[in-house]
Amino acid sequence: MSSTAPSTSATAPETGTARVKRGMAEQLKGGVIMDVVNAEQAKIAEDAGAVAVMALERVPADIRKDGGVARMSDPNMIEEIIEAVSIPVMAKSRIGHFVEAQVLQSLGVDYIDESEVLTPADEVNHSDKWAFTTPFVCGATNLGEALRRIAEGAAMIRSKGEAGTGNVVEAVRHLRQIKNEIAKLRGFDNNELYAAAKELRAPYELVKEVAELGKLPVVLFSAGGVATPADAALMRQLGAEGVFVGSGIFKSGDPAKRAAAIVKATTFYDDPKIIADASRNLGEAMVGINCDTLPEAERYANRGW
Amino acid sequence: MSTADTSGTPVIGVLALQGDVREHLIALAAADALARPVRRPEELDGLDGLVIPGGESTVMSKLAVLFGMLEPLRERVRAGLPVYGTCAGMIMLADKLLDGREDQETLGGIDMIVRRNAFGRQNESFEAAVEMAGVEGGPVEGVFIRAPWVESVGAAAEVLATHDGHTVAVRQGNVLATSFHPELTGDHRVHALFVDMARQHALAAV
Repeated sequence: MSSTAPSTSATAPETGTARVKRGMAEQLKGGVIMDVVNAEQAKIAEDAGAVAVMALERVPADIRKDGGVARMSDPNMIEEIIEAVSIPVMAKSRIGHFVEAQVLQSLGVDYIDESEVLTPADEVNHSDKWAFTTPFVCGATNLGEALRRIAEGAAMIRSKGEAGTGNVVEAVRHLRQIKNEIAKLRGFDNNELYAAAKELRAPYELVKEVAELGKLPVVLFSAGGVATPADAALMRQLGAEGVFVGSGIFKSGDPAKRAAAIVKATTFYDDPKIIADASRNLGEAMVGINCDTLPEAERYANRGW
Repeated sequence: MSTADTSGTPVIGVLALQGDVREHLIALAAADALARPVRRPEELDGLDGLVIPGGESTVMSKLAVLFGMLEPLRERVRAGLPVYGTCAGMIMLADKLLDGREDQETLGGIDMIVRRNAFGRQNESFEAAVEMAGVEGGPVEGVFIRAPWVESVGAAAEVLATHDGHTVAVRQGNVLATSFHPELTGDHRVHALFVDMARQHALAAV
């Protein structure tokens, strides 16, 4: 053996580990991640106290309005946003479009959202997220879906809600669903966990881990429909560790003010006085859509499996 | 005031404006402290120590200003309350900050210049073994996430650890700071070191 090669065993720095990926999401907890479509909005979000921004070409409300195929954003636009702010920048790839994800990783985004808000590129497979250094966040409507995404390498989960509606009802439904299913697992004995895994269509090891921890092994945020400070606080009280706000900010009358108000209400989610103060004189909220009247085909939450 | 004088268990707050508060509460409890989250000025009363967690330092700073926490926190640091900051917490404890936002306030407490996100963006985040002075039993697992490093320290500050030539752990008096996140590892030795600092401080005050 040559004696010139330095030992690389214990001290060699290692990037892209599960702990580094999941740990990044831990740092975002208690915060608000805001959708932005250009550098100017990104700066408004950062000024308002966003913990990260999500760079995308159109906010979900506009994707709904415009129709057509929604894809990864222009790399120029993502780079401009990375340049404009010092907080973490996330960006969306289509479900199963691992080449969009490769591009996003090469641009140096801090997190990739494999998102149902964009038009899925694969109706069977999600991307293999273990293959990336950049961590992934994925949406889920229930515990089984969350665990399948974690099995594929997702380092953070957001309950899906229904993006671009400004209606919190689906966000509540999905977060409650995930929390209820976790609570149910807590009550199971070891014999029952095998059948539970089968029913959840999720790996047994992950199901067992959730049963033991009483929570997901990764951070859980809420998304899809938060439009007001009280909405954000509601999701926090229901157990979300932070919130994504998409169209709710930049489709409202006074985005800077509303963004700052949602940040305050997310931190003091259990203090109605502070939420009340944050809710004063915010101007018009986004108009919103009644989810009952939304045709099945237009429900983004149904995308992904 | 504190309970440390009767039971020897120091009461340690974790600044809970934003960040990985839960992990610090767990690590502190495992290191035999009574840990509780702190968001309001009055909740600083009766503490034997305070942890400033990892998170987004710009957000923590902004919320500290908005909710009247900045000056009360500075007063506590000046008065000698033991404080430990990880990552964003290290930034908050720096007397001087590079690559922060222009309006970004820190508490200060350690005569050091800290560069925010110095190790790079998330793709450059890494794990490495770190030898830390004052922590027995071999290196700690250093988890560095968009981590800062210390560019330089003043005479009163003691460098406890370096990585790749950069200072990543510093202590000055009762104030301790690391670029990395022991709270994410399940190895509670750094927290034990801090809990001990808080315990000594509480006993000395009796």
